[in-house]
Amino acid sequence: MSTKDSNKSISVQEMIAQKSNRGLLSRIEKLVPKILFAIAAMSVLTTIGIVLTLIFETIIFFTRVSPLEFIFGTEWYPFANTTPAYGILPLIVGTLKITGIAVLVAVPIGIATAIFLSEYASERTRRFIKPILEVLAGVPTIVYGFFALTFVTPVLQSIFPQLSIFNALSPGIVVGIMIIPMIASLSEDAMTSVPNAMREGAYALGSTRLEVALKVVLPAATSGIVASTVLAISRAIGETMIVSVAAGSTPGFNWDITGSIQTMTAYIVQVTTGDAGYGTTIYYSIYAVGFTLFLFTLVMNLLAQYISKRFREEY
Amino acid sequence: MATTTTKSVKINNQPIKNEIVEKTSVYKTNQLNLWYGSNHALKNIDLDIKENEVTAIIGPSGCGKSTYIKTLNRMIEIIPTVKTSGEIIYRGRNIFSKDYQVEDLRTKVGMVFQKPNPFPKSIYDNIAYGPRIHGIKNKKILDEIVEKSLRGAAIWDEVKDRLNENAYGLSGGQQQRICIARCLAIEPDVILMDEPTSALDPISTLKVEELVQELKTQYSIIIVTHNMQQAARISDKTAFFLNGEVIEYDDTDKIFSNPSDKRTEDYISGRFG
Repeated sequence: MSTKDSNKSISVQEMIAQKSNRGLLSRIEKLVPKILFAIAAMSVLTTIGIVLTLIFETIIFFTRVSPLEFIFGTEWYPFANTTPAYGILPLIVGTLKITGIAVLVAVPIGIATAIFLSEYASERTRRFIKPILEVLAGVPTIVYGFFALTFVTPVLQSIFPQLSIFNALSPGIVVGIMIIPMIASLSEDAMTSVPNAMREGAYALGSTRLEVALKVVLPAATSGIVASTVLAISRAIGETMIVSVAAGSTPGFNWDITGSIQTMTAYIVQVTTGDAGYGTTIYYSIYAVGFTLFLFTLVMNLLAQYISKRFREEY
Repeated sequence: MATTTTKSVKINNQPIKNEIVEKTSVYKTNQLNLWYGSNHALKNIDLDIKENEVTAIIGPSGCGKSTYIKTLNRMIEIIPTVKTSGEIIYRGRNIFSKDYQVEDLRTKVGMVFQKPNPFPKSIYDNIAYGPRIHGIKNKKILDEIVEKSLRGAAIWDEVKDRLNENAYGLSGGQQQRICIARCLAIEPDVILMDEPTSALDPISTLKVEELVQELKTQYSIIIVTHNMQQAARISDKTAFFLNGEVIEYDDTDKIFSNPSDKRTEDYISGRFG
């Protein structure tokens, strides 16, 4: 504004004083944190609500089935007419088979991908591969399920003829493929954030690229890599669609991966999509299984947090 | 002062005239040019760097002094757009020649950086890193190397009871001496120092400077510094860089007392830079 204007006698401070509306502003200022708190509280309350529901229904289940039988029983026949058995170990074993196979597939591939992207790939290659990884992470799990059932299983059957149409191997591998992007992407973030000064220090001592990657960058990024792996495991434990479609529904307490199995998640799907009546023991059993599943993923997530704090290499 | 050191350097086949020992060259730079993309950062550099001396490289920011020192161990090649022409002869071999493995060069030519950059490992593992990647695994030998290197970097007494602690628990000055020790651990021939004291406090700076004086009996040291007093204090030869060119290269005494180029005089007297 030109000083030749007619209102030149009014200073900026005076204009501010005229426009000022301190009273209303300060009231809004006081209100804002309260509104934001209420919004933030919603997700916390929802979580508490879910956990409480799980706990209450699980307690009802345990009034009908002994917790000892549930935890230590090796047979799971909830649909048997005469003597239903509610030992969760077969479902846990089923989940562990899937998770174990998935980890064996995803951890080496995921970390190798991360090393390549962070230490070897040119900026152009990285810009090309990262979006593909993200697409892989965005594929709906039901599609992965079909992929396991109609593509991976037949391929595997041509190699291992004894493989059943429903088995642990194929969905295990596909769950592994599903969590590769998670491990690769988070591990790559951890490795990229290792300062370049450290790489330079290693190169200046005559290290090769591989030595820099494996002996300097990888150890410095360990906490991030382990945390990403634990998160991915937690995702594999909770994976539902792939195992429902391709793993079958035969809970068994054994370590065979070629036959039909059932995981905790697949059991819950089986019951909720079936016609188990409200109030039956089977109805309450899904809460007990759900609660067990929740404990598993909770422990894994806490473990991830602990590891990323405990093993953070200070630099 | 530089070429007339009374130290009895064992050099063969060197003509001795008037008791002056002509020192062997470590590095001969011939017509070196370097571009970052289209930016011509080093122009026709000719420098002859001698053995067992401290050579200081001074000049204002952006003059190419850091670029030059990073070219000497080809660390500059980490930047993908860099192109070079000309040659740098290190101990008789052109470091740019196709069959020169860059890892071999860097095993001979150590480097200390501007900011201390120890690895996020224990002090012991930091020092043992170099020997280990070059195949020395014997625990007893490694123990000896670690102690010798830490003593060489004048930090043994400060860290000998905490070798298994993370190097990042040390102060900045201590970290820098750890980095020097890490460099000494593979017993290089040349040590390049890229503004090694610019991130340190005055007392740590003094310690590093004293260390440089001790190290030069065994190593050839090339140090980039923007601190002219430092160059005057610790170096035998000084090269003054300006806009990617070497303006003047001579004995440090001469450069600081009687520079032959007006621009050198202006810079060291603080008229610019």
